[in-house]
Amino acid sequence: MKKAYLLLADGTLFEGKAAGYEGCSVGEVVFNTGMVGYQEVLTDPSYYGQIVCMTYPLIGNYGINLEDDESRKSWVSGYIMREMSEYPSNFRCKMTLDAYLKEQKVVAITGIDTRRLTRILRNSGVMNGVIYTEGHEPDAALVEKMKGYAVTEAVKTVTLHKAKVYPAEGTQKYRVAVLDFGVKYNIVRELCSRGCEVTVLPGETAPEEVLNGGYDGLMLSNGPGDPAENVEIVEHLKTLIASGMPIFGICLGHQLMALAIGAKTEKMRFGHRGVNHPVKDLDTGRTYITSQNHGYAVVGDTVDPKIARICFVNLNDGSVEGLAHVDHPIFTVQYHPEVCPGPQDTSYLFDRFLENIDKHKGGQL
Amino acid sequence: MPLRKDIHKVMVLGSGPIVIGQAAEFDYAGTQACRALREEGLEVVLVNSNPATIMTDKAMADKVYIEPMTLDAVKAIIKKERPDSLIPNLGGQTGLNLAMDLSADGFLDEYGVKLLGANPTTIAKAEDRQMFKDTMEKIGEPCIASKVVHTVEDAVEFTEQIGLPVIIRPAYTLGGTGGGIAYTWEQLREISASGIMHSRVDEILVEKCIAGWKEIEFEVMRDSKGNAIAICSMENVDPVGVHTGDSVVVAPCQTLSDKEYQMLRTSALNIITELGIEGGCNVQYALNPESFEYAVIEVNPRVSRSSALASKATGFPIAKVTAKIAIGYGLDEIMNAVTGKTYACFEPTIDYIVAKFPRWPFDKFVYADNSLGTQMKATGEVMAIAPSFEQAMMKSVRGIEMKLTSFILPKLKEWSDEEIKAGVSVVNDERLFVICEALRRGIMTIEEIHKITMIDPWFLHGYQNIIDMEHELAAASALSEDLYLRAKKMGFLDQTIEELSGCAVGALKRLPVYKTVDTCAAEFDAETPYYYSTFDDENEVKPSTGKKKILVLGSGPIRIGQGIEFDYCSVHSVWALKELGCETIIINNNPETVSTDFDTADRLYFEPLTPEDVEGVVHAEKPDAAIVQFGGQTAINLAAHLEKLGVPILGTQAWSIDAAEDREKFDEILEECGIPRPKGDTVFTEEEAVAVADRLGYPVLVRPSYVLGGQGMEIAYSEQDIREYMQVITRHKVENPVLVDKYMMGREIEVDAICDGEDILIPGIMEHFERAGVHSGDSISMYPTLNIQSKHKDTIIRYTRALAKSLKVLGLVNIQFVLYNDEIYIIEVNPRSSRTVPYISKITGVPMIDLATRCMFGEKLRDMEFGTGLYPERDYYAVKVPVFSFQKLRDLDTQLGPEMKSTGEVLGVSKDFKEALYKGLLGAGFSMHKKTGKVVLSVRPADKQEIIPIAEKFEKLGYDIYATSGTANTLNKAMVAANMVYNAFETEKHPNIMDLIENGEVDYVISTSVKGRHPELASVKIRRSATEHAIPCLTAIDTANALLDCMESGMDISSCHMVDINEI
Repeated sequence: MKKAYLLLADGTLFEGKAAGYEGCSVGEVVFNTGMVGYQEVLTDPSYYGQIVCMTYPLIGNYGINLEDDESRKSWVSGYIMREMSEYPSNFRCKMTLDAYLKEQKVVAITGIDTRRLTRILRNSGVMNGVIYTEGHEPDAALVEKMKGYAVTEAVKTVTLHKAKVYPAEGTQKYRVAVLDFGVKYNIVRELCSRGCEVTVLPGETAPEEVLNGGYDGLMLSNGPGDPAENVEIVEHLKTLIASGMPIFGICLGHQLMALAIGAKTEKMRFGHRGVNHPVKDLDTGRTYITSQNHGYAVVGDTVDPKIARICFVNLNDGSVEGLAHVDHPIFTVQYHPEVCPGPQDTSYLFDRFLENIDKHKGGQL
Repeated sequence: MPLRKDIHKVMVLGSGPIVIGQAAEFDYAGTQACRALREEGLEVVLVNSNPATIMTDKAMADKVYIEPMTLDAVKAIIKKERPDSLIPNLGGQTGLNLAMDLSADGFLDEYGVKLLGANPTTIAKAEDRQMFKDTMEKIGEPCIASKVVHTVEDAVEFTEQIGLPVIIRPAYTLGGTGGGIAYTWEQLREISASGIMHSRVDEILVEKCIAGWKEIEFEVMRDSKGNAIAICSMENVDPVGVHTGDSVVVAPCQTLSDKEYQMLRTSALNIITELGIEGGCNVQYALNPESFEYAVIEVNPRVSRSSALASKATGFPIAKVTAKIAIGYGLDEIMNAVTGKTYACFEPTIDYIVAKFPRWPFDKFVYADNSLGTQMKATGEVMAIAPSFEQAMMKSVRGIEMKLTSFILPKLKEWSDEEIKAGVSVVNDERLFVICEALRRGIMTIEEIHKITMIDPWFLHGYQNIIDMEHELAAASALSEDLYLRAKKMGFLDQTIEELSGCAVGALKRLPVYKTVDTCAAEFDAETPYYYSTFDDENEVKPSTGKKKILVLGSGPIRIGQGIEFDYCSVHSVWALKELGCETIIINNNPETVSTDFDTADRLYFEPLTPEDVEGVVHAEKPDAAIVQFGGQTAINLAAHLEKLGVPILGTQAWSIDAAEDREKFDEILEECGIPRPKGDTVFTEEEAVAVADRLGYPVLVRPSYVLGGQGMEIAYSEQDIREYMQVITRHKVENPVLVDKYMMGREIEVDAICDGEDILIPGIMEHFERAGVHSGDSISMYPTLNIQSKHKDTIIRYTRALAKSLKVLGLVNIQFVLYNDEIYIIEVNPRSSRTVPYISKITGVPMIDLATRCMFGEKLRDMEFGTGLYPERDYYAVKVPVFSFQKLRDLDTQLGPEMKSTGEVLGVSKDFKEALYKGLLGAGFSMHKKTGKVVLSVRPADKQEIIPIAEKFEKLGYDIYATSGTANTLNKAMVAANMVYNAFETEKHPNIMDLIENGEVDYVISTSVKGRHPELASVKIRRSATEHAIPCLTAIDTANALLDCMESGMDISSCHMVDINEI
């Protein structure tokens, strides 16, 4: 069996066994603490440019199925596991994880002390790294390049370039547009299942096109990268906000909305990636367990309370988890109510979005 | 919401004696809860009849009542103490049922006692079969097709609709007592009848059998604000059909995708929300392995064995948080003690896998039915933490203390391929080993085994990996570093690697590193040093504080003979060491215990108690010394190994342990001290045993040395007996000699003493109710003594002092004496803590473990506050009554003998001896309220004369007496009217004794026989039938006398004085 390696920017080298595709790949090394849901993680566009380490040691137990993909392909730059199951078992299983990684050309490594790696990332923050298979060693130039690597052009890379329409399930009640910054399928599914016809639009679609499209509401999707690099989109959002149309933003959508109202975002030390993050709803006092995947956050004290209210905060570190516009039917959350993977406790937010649409159509908002 | 303002004085109900299905996990839960409540400045009133627990310690609650867990007793305590609230969900099914009963008749309302954490409607919705079904239907949660019935006929009728097989589940019982799976109509009738009888409300649920589906559990919590979280998911390796307590269980679930996982998690949160539970709750599911179809099997609206496992598996203290929620806190206000930074309102995520392995009693109870089904049979369990399934399984199997280091069960080597193949279908305690043997021989494929067992192929592949490693090691001509390391990562011990490969490990030897259990997969820095071993790069053990480091070994899984009392001792020793300024390290693998709570010792190593596993910890921690005398036989057995590793043993040395067990050395010491003992000798073979017995004259006592709880100990009355017993004893490898002693039937006396090397302190002398021959753990025992003259007490003190000094005891020693023909003989010495230490400590107020620990540090008894010699007797009597789990263990002979059979004990405390005895018996489950009825007597010739006064007493009380021919003759000759009934073997004649028992007409059975054990014997059948029909069955004349004394006195618990042991 071939060996594989993970070299971190600080020089730490992990030696393990090769898995998936053979090659060499540079990325930002992050860890995810979810115990299930690897297929969703692999296909979540928000992981674009990242080498993902799973903290749960046994990955691939239930194989890969045909239904749980969250986008059209895998976006990770590399995949790190402690142990990869060679004999998956589940009634939906169609292929092994290893076969999937090969198919998706994802360079992977198993058999390393993933807890040690996680502790390194926790203590020093996310770090760049290069993952490579024996025989695909990076040269000195690539190692140097790796150290300066940054995830750029992220939204441009993952977004669809042509609009795509998904029909409503059952009777169609509303038409909703989704700006695709790297949308997860389940956002679309959640809307369709609630009677929405969903049109997924390229992320950089001009606001006029959105406003003239006859949509009842707008969804700002999740997505990868540094929110601040999306200068043009932020400008678009300013127009869309002013239109008064009901908007619901998730993750990157939330961050872009915040930028559009003048707040700032910052890079977190090692982000939130997992399915166990407690988020407090400041309106009700209830705390929900949420699914999260973000490396940037909105800086709380840059949010102008005259424009938007912080309505959700992270119970652990107090970071901003949700905003509500003071004047318009717009709310956004940092976490993932569409889950996949993760706990379904906050899917009521989609209902709230539709209520806003309903009221807006009825002239109440 | 912070602490509720209307709560000041809280009553906590414990779970009573340890029985199968309700063990130390509730001591762990109760102890955590008491501490959590007192932290808030609340006054705590604790009720628990079990004196071996830590929760009944004086320091754990403001008021501690070791009183019977009966409705009237608890009412009397409430009347006396007037608590304003009661927490019902921490004391297992016992506590929950009691709370329901208290609430049902309006008593709690009348006395203004609020039920916290769960209200009666909640409890009923979860516990009452029909209400549960209705509730689930209301919120759209699927249940299995089922119907509540009260008669066998209705059970049959419903089954005709849904078809066989069906599962019978009795309502309101513990561990599924009386239930089972019926595959035939005959079985259906039999099990329904038994279930109805065992149910508190004559009610059973007949349910479509979905055996073979995956069994998944979720531990969830909710607070009064409505915040709800899932703490842990668990997957049973054995599919639905085997009780979860008898299944190998892993956490988290391994074979579910996010879709299935979230589906069940959401369901569990919907259920806890609908039920309105505030605190911890366990939900069990059956999941169709071929679809998303699932069904809710059961909801336990309380902390449970699974919640203890989930707490230890994740580091999330469910019982503590449950207590905080009960008094008003929200999950978002309670700190996560492991990280010290985050809140309890989050879901633990783990970066390892946990395996639980049950510990069954069938090594001792060789004739008991070892099949596994819906009725739990394990007495205890171990847990293992590892980064892989294989390593977790290997750690757990060597931790159950069945002399196994891997999944190789030696006796299976002799089975033919056909026997192995057939064995795979037989669901019993050995099946997993049979499966591994089938894989090892390559005679069955994973697919074939999966089809038969329905064990998920993912798990079977895990076992296959272990077997492949065995083969690889066996085939290796030399041990490479790579192979060795892979074997280590799979959990193989060096010893096993050497055995299999035939190569010495030598310079390749690697010791493990340790990782932290931190609730969060390293996302946050953990404050609690709670460790498990792996073979990895990074070691997370925190640097020493510079204090003296002391290693305390725990006692492993709970089994017959080694119960919760040793955990009491280990924990107290840790506390004493902390007082002495030491840094404490504990190694243990029992998830049910207080000792494995992460805030008991300064450092917790959740590891098996084998020499190599201990060596790893010693290497990582470099302790200054170790204490072994408090961890039962498990710890004692490691003493010599620790010495070899260069770790000094504090207190009594390995030499003394050896001297007490080694026949020759011990005889020398006794001679030196001038102490007589029953004559005897040591043997290794059957023939030697017969020869010694002939020389001594029958009856003789046969037992192996170096064991606990009289394992394999029997009284032999004839050569045939001795041959049979030797064959049983030698089933396992005989490493140590077997002892054959003259059996003296006298009064048994027991002493626990503390020795500082010069002086001794005896907190109390205990006298056994049953004469010698019944194991001390199974005897009713009283303190202070009633029938021992002071000259004999003086002798006992003298002998104890002499022995303690000669054996160089430093710490605790337990000695058993027999008073025979006005002379004191010594039977046994154990230079270590014993089963009676907790109860004697509590009742005399002498903190024995604390004093013993201080002695080890050089303090002298004469300088401490309790003096030397015999501590003055208290003016309270304490009667310890054993409790058995016979109903769960089919085919096990219930006749008491030298081999221990009880699983737990209760204590009766009073200034009046009779009242103490009455409370003890009541607490042990004897109701004694019925003044007339029927009693069946059938005793061996030796007991015939003594049965006469007993029968007379029954007659006087107004009981009708039935007896088998011999016994009836004796009674009638003595002018006690007895109706003759045919014996059990006279099956064609009626009425025979079995008819009477089966018709439910009998109130008491007294049965003794010369020969017992074998389930085919008539006398054993009588005793089993009585047990299965829940009829009290007495097997010792002395026990019967004790019971009759109480019945005659006409005592009533409501008029007894309830004793707060803090006032003694």
